[in-house]
Amino acid sequence: MNRIDELFKQKKERILSIYFTAGFPKLGDTLTIMEAIESAGADIIEIGVPYSDPIADGPTIQESNNQALKNGMTLKLLFEQLKKLREKVSIPVILMGYLNPVVQYGMEAFCKKCKEVGIDGLILPDLPMQQYLSEYKALFDTYDLRNTFLISPQTAEERIRQIDQHTDGFIYMVSSASITGAKKEITPEQVAYFERVKAMKLNNPRLIGFGISDKPSFQTASAHSHGAIIGSAFINVLRESTDLKKDIYEYIQGIIS
Amino acid sequence: MIKVDENGFYGQFGGAYIPEMLYPNIEELRENYESIMESPAFREEFDSLLKDYVGRPTPLFLAKRLSEKYGAKIYLKREDLCHTGAHKINNTVGQIILAKKLNKKRIIAETGAGQHGVATATVCALMGMECTVYMGAVDMERQKPNVERMRILGATVVPANSGSKTLKDATNEAMRQWINNPVDTHYIIGSVVGPHPYPEMVARFQSVISAEMKIQLKEKEGRENPDLVIACVGGGSNAAGAFYHYYNEPSVRLIAVEAAGLGVFSGKSAATTLLGKPGILHGSKTLLMQTEDGQVVEPHSISAGLDYPGIGPVHAHLFESGRGEFVAVEDEHAMQAGIEVSRLEGIIPAIESAHAFSALNQIQYQPTDVIVINLSGRGDKDLDTYIKWGNY
Repeated sequence: MNRIDELFKQKKERILSIYFTAGFPKLGDTLTIMEAIESAGADIIEIGVPYSDPIADGPTIQESNNQALKNGMTLKLLFEQLKKLREKVSIPVILMGYLNPVVQYGMEAFCKKCKEVGIDGLILPDLPMQQYLSEYKALFDTYDLRNTFLISPQTAEERIRQIDQHTDGFIYMVSSASITGAKKEITPEQVAYFERVKAMKLNNPRLIGFGISDKPSFQTASAHSHGAIIGSAFINVLRESTDLKKDIYEYIQGIIS
Repeated sequence: MIKVDENGFYGQFGGAYIPEMLYPNIEELRENYESIMESPAFREEFDSLLKDYVGRPTPLFLAKRLSEKYGAKIYLKREDLCHTGAHKINNTVGQIILAKKLNKKRIIAETGAGQHGVATATVCALMGMECTVYMGAVDMERQKPNVERMRILGATVVPANSGSKTLKDATNEAMRQWINNPVDTHYIIGSVVGPHPYPEMVARFQSVISAEMKIQLKEKEGRENPDLVIACVGGGSNAAGAFYHYYNEPSVRLIAVEAAGLGVFSGKSAATTLLGKPGILHGSKTLLMQTEDGQVVEPHSISAGLDYPGIGPVHAHLFESGRGEFVAVEDEHAMQAGIEVSRLEGIIPAIESAHAFSALNQIQYQPTDVIVINLSGRGDKDLDTYIKWGNY
């Protein structure tokens, strides 16, 4: 059974997904970071594939992408590093990245490699639904990869229904009209949007991301969904860290305990 | 046939590869742009502003001394005489009217050399709209007079500090700001790039160039079609406008001129069709200069307006289908052509446009051929570059 399916079958609330950029802060940190995330108690790991032009990301993740590319990270190297993934990590792992590096790698080769190393799902924010359905869905299915689409406060109800129909795994609710990393308190308008989508009784579970950074925002997001995704705030922890294992443990424990 | 399909593709190129956060904005445009553009009220306002504000129709000028030198009948389409000094304003006039019809309150734009930024700031002043222009920090340094022109016109100029701090990064930043302000803001893209419907919409606003060429050639030559049309291509909006009404006239050769920088294979070039592979940037699939790993490569051209790692999807299709002929001109040759046109015709061309003139040295044609070169902009903005080059 796909690990994402299994997770959502067993756990219905306060699911924590942690995003980091592959190759950041150091090229060889990938598995160390992943092991630390798992042992600290998070539920899902999202590995960001660095890209030169991340148009949905704020300064923090732009910077981690740049640094990772400077360090020499490539998709090929990432798959090399992930060869031992399933000896070290048992929770669901998702690859998140912009479409171009994936297309250059070759979508079929990419999906095959994902399956080989034990990736469970994909988030490709600039892959249009239409292209997914007509060109790639069959491949994703063949290699047992869950595909997550995003929705935002501006997404129309009809479109949300359509996305729900073609997502498997979970729906990624972007918390506000914003790129990643914007840190504000969660507003009543945002809560109203979380509740509006909750009331639609979608088929897929919902995780809330963008702007979730600490215990209060994680708790608020979790109160209106199945859990939340933390990215930029975690990247900040990695950047400042002198002891990855310890700092990752303390940060994640500070959110979920 | 060169025609965009209902999903925004020209052959395999185009489409709308955008994060879901931009979907409502793009969908609103896609659903409305054609009906708005075709409405009589829009046409009337657009045509009247092009005439009385921009100064259209721009002349089609028979360049006698240039014709004599190159042995063909060479006409110049004088887009350099447009208000603000280049063809860019044809598009910004169209998009600002469209933005008003969509009840938008704010305008954002990206700019490289600053020509599109100035054209956007200009129409925003004209219409009383708030205007923010994103510009690479490096370009702001290189193009100070245009930064001040935008500020004089009332626009806010925001430096893009990511990546190489040039046009590509300014475009990234404008897209990010559109994600952050999805409801009240319209993004005026300056070229035939970006997600559908931008490439087609911008091409249609620029198509006034070839529409006028047909009428003017009929008057001067007794026929609407020239034998060749030559235009420079960065993103490719002036070329798209100059080619538009000739796409489906197979007798008209369409010559697209890219910037070869210091040499096509020097590692300092912007010759996208020669160096690029299909890829996705700024919302569309096109030919793209990139590494084997799919990271976008920084281009180089002496002309900031051609300094872009991609190319409009319609041009990628012209290239792939063989309908267009693509030529690459090095910095040095473009500069020489700029001086030659200045000396022979008394017109200092923008360095972008100078690339188009230099193509005359690379292509074959007959003495009886009628050639139209799209003189997309004037060289005032490039005086510093001409002076630094110094070889005149």
